[in-house]
Amino acid sequence: MTYFFQYLIYGLQLGSVYALLALGYTMVYGIVGMINFAHGDFLMIGALGTYFIAQAFESFQVGSTYPMLIIGLIILTAMAGTGVIASGVEAIAYRPLRNKPRMIALITAVGVSMFLENFPRALPFIGPNPRSFPTLFQAKNIDLFGATITTTQLVMIVLAVVTMAVLYLVVNKTKIGSQMRAVSMDKDAASLMGININKVISITFFIGGALAAVSGICYASAYPQVDVYMGSWLGNMSFVSAVLGGIGDIRGAMLGGFILGIAQIFATAINSTFGYAVGFIILIIILLVKPAGIMGRLVVEKV
Amino acid sequence: MKGKKWIKAVYPAAIVALIYLLVTVLRQLGIMNGYYNQVLMFAGINIMMTASLNLVNGFTGQFCIGHAGFMSLGAYGAAIVTGMLFKHTDSIFVFLLGLFAGGLAAMAAGMLIGLPSLKLKGDYLAIVTLAFGEIVRALLRLVKPIGGARGMIGIPGYANLGWILFFMALTLFLLRNLIHSPFGRAFIAIRDNEVAADAMGINTTKYKMTSFCIAAFIAGVAGGLYAHVISFIQPDNFSFTKSADFLVYLYAGGSGSLTGSVVGATLLTILPEFLRFLADWRLAVYAVILVLVMLYRSEGLCGGLELPFMRIRRKELYEEPLFGKKEKGKEGQA
Repeated sequence: MTYFFQYLIYGLQLGSVYALLALGYTMVYGIVGMINFAHGDFLMIGALGTYFIAQAFESFQVGSTYPMLIIGLIILTAMAGTGVIASGVEAIAYRPLRNKPRMIALITAVGVSMFLENFPRALPFIGPNPRSFPTLFQAKNIDLFGATITTTQLVMIVLAVVTMAVLYLVVNKTKIGSQMRAVSMDKDAASLMGININKVISITFFIGGALAAVSGICYASAYPQVDVYMGSWLGNMSFVSAVLGGIGDIRGAMLGGFILGIAQIFATAINSTFGYAVGFIILIIILLVKPAGIMGRLVVEKV
Repeated sequence: MKGKKWIKAVYPAAIVALIYLLVTVLRQLGIMNGYYNQVLMFAGINIMMTASLNLVNGFTGQFCIGHAGFMSLGAYGAAIVTGMLFKHTDSIFVFLLGLFAGGLAAMAAGMLIGLPSLKLKGDYLAIVTLAFGEIVRALLRLVKPIGGARGMIGIPGYANLGWILFFMALTLFLLRNLIHSPFGRAFIAIRDNEVAADAMGINTTKYKMTSFCIAAFIAGVAGGLYAHVISFIQPDNFSFTKSADFLVYLYAGGSGSLTGSVVGATLLTILPEFLRFLADWRLAVYAVILVLVMLYRSEGLCGGLELPFMRIRRKELYEEPLFGKKEKGKEGQA
């Protein structure tokens, strides 16, 4: 039972990483209708960016950690930077292809992903070697039902949940949110209603990138090692969780992320290779039962 | 007219034979070394993979992004036959039997994954094939007798450039004939409009399934060849990155065009090798070239084009339909 709670905590932690990343996938899919394979690499950019920003703030360091205000500043800078890169990628690579078949955009995304991985790898001050991620928080252990949860884990899970809640409010309660929903329903009609589609899509990518940066920070705080390839498999798993929950649906992405994270940790406890496969097996089973994912609604094709 | 037909039938074979002769002569003269030879062999295997993927994605309009899964099953199937079952028999027939077994293994998997999942459409089918590829990889890592995650060593190096060119030419020939048969028209009909094809009495599920199985078989054979070229296989050789490579070859070359598959696979196999002088910047430059190709020639290098011997009479099949813009935009979504 102790182990159960311990695994559950690890699962929630990994799940929050997946969920945050899956949100980006699902928002981009919902609005542009493309699978952005480069999204996992935004996580890498966020994590690497945080590493370098934290180095720049080194003079503020107290012991091995930073004061709260500086941590907030570091995280916000990393989020903004990744968001700008994400919307830049959209403007350069995806916007010209918006009216082309979706597979074309997908291949471009594969190319962008290769670029985002290999360009930093070739840069002399980044390079291919893994780096150890700085400790942002001083971790303290808390006992919870016999299991141990560190403050870092707690903060990360809370940060993820709060970010999701904020996103949910932004999408459902604000003006830009309703513009996003309008564009995802019907681009042409939204455009006729005076919505600047390019702006809305840019903002969507910005938010997606910022969330990916948060998830990168969460991941790197838990497994403190960053390298240029870390985003690719995390991206795949989050994409799976987005589809699992019903791609295009924000609640679905959160749910899918947590399901996948928890399932993966429990399966890894049995066998490490099986842990990797279990996400895909769950995915296939759920898609066979509910072809549009847990939350997704099947669109009936009209003739 | 008759004479022309005869030439048409022979000269593709002659081209392949010429390539083979040229390479052999160049190797004898010492101009080409084993490295170039190996790049060419990989190009041939990639052409087979891309052409078979083209059957599913380009001609049937389905969405398969886990093609490396079939390749890995073919590679392991063939390697088990030649490297384990008939370890001490050194014969061409063992090699051919191995390739056939690999193809069958991949085809069986294609059927297994196709039966339930072809009910799914578009992106959902795509994600299931992606999941399939990754599950196969994870399962292969778990099976200890074939080496688990460490991989399988000591596969006899039966394959050489001659065999690969032979199988590549055979694949292209069969695919060309298939696509222009009534059977293949059904594939194209499903791609262009599945609902209409259904209404015209085409059993869409059956045809989609067939297309999947044929492609899986070819991919399996290609995987078998691959295993016998490098004589060491490992589950991680066939990860999603590999599947993405084939997708890139297909769409950069032009989906829905066999010529495109040949051009895309050949150029993009050679390009990274050609860029080796860039050292660390190689893959970044490769990625930039790829993105630029997609931005400025989205239909692919040979999209909508087909060399004369790759098509049979029906020239209009590849021409723009009268009200074609919208139909073309739907390609790949259906």
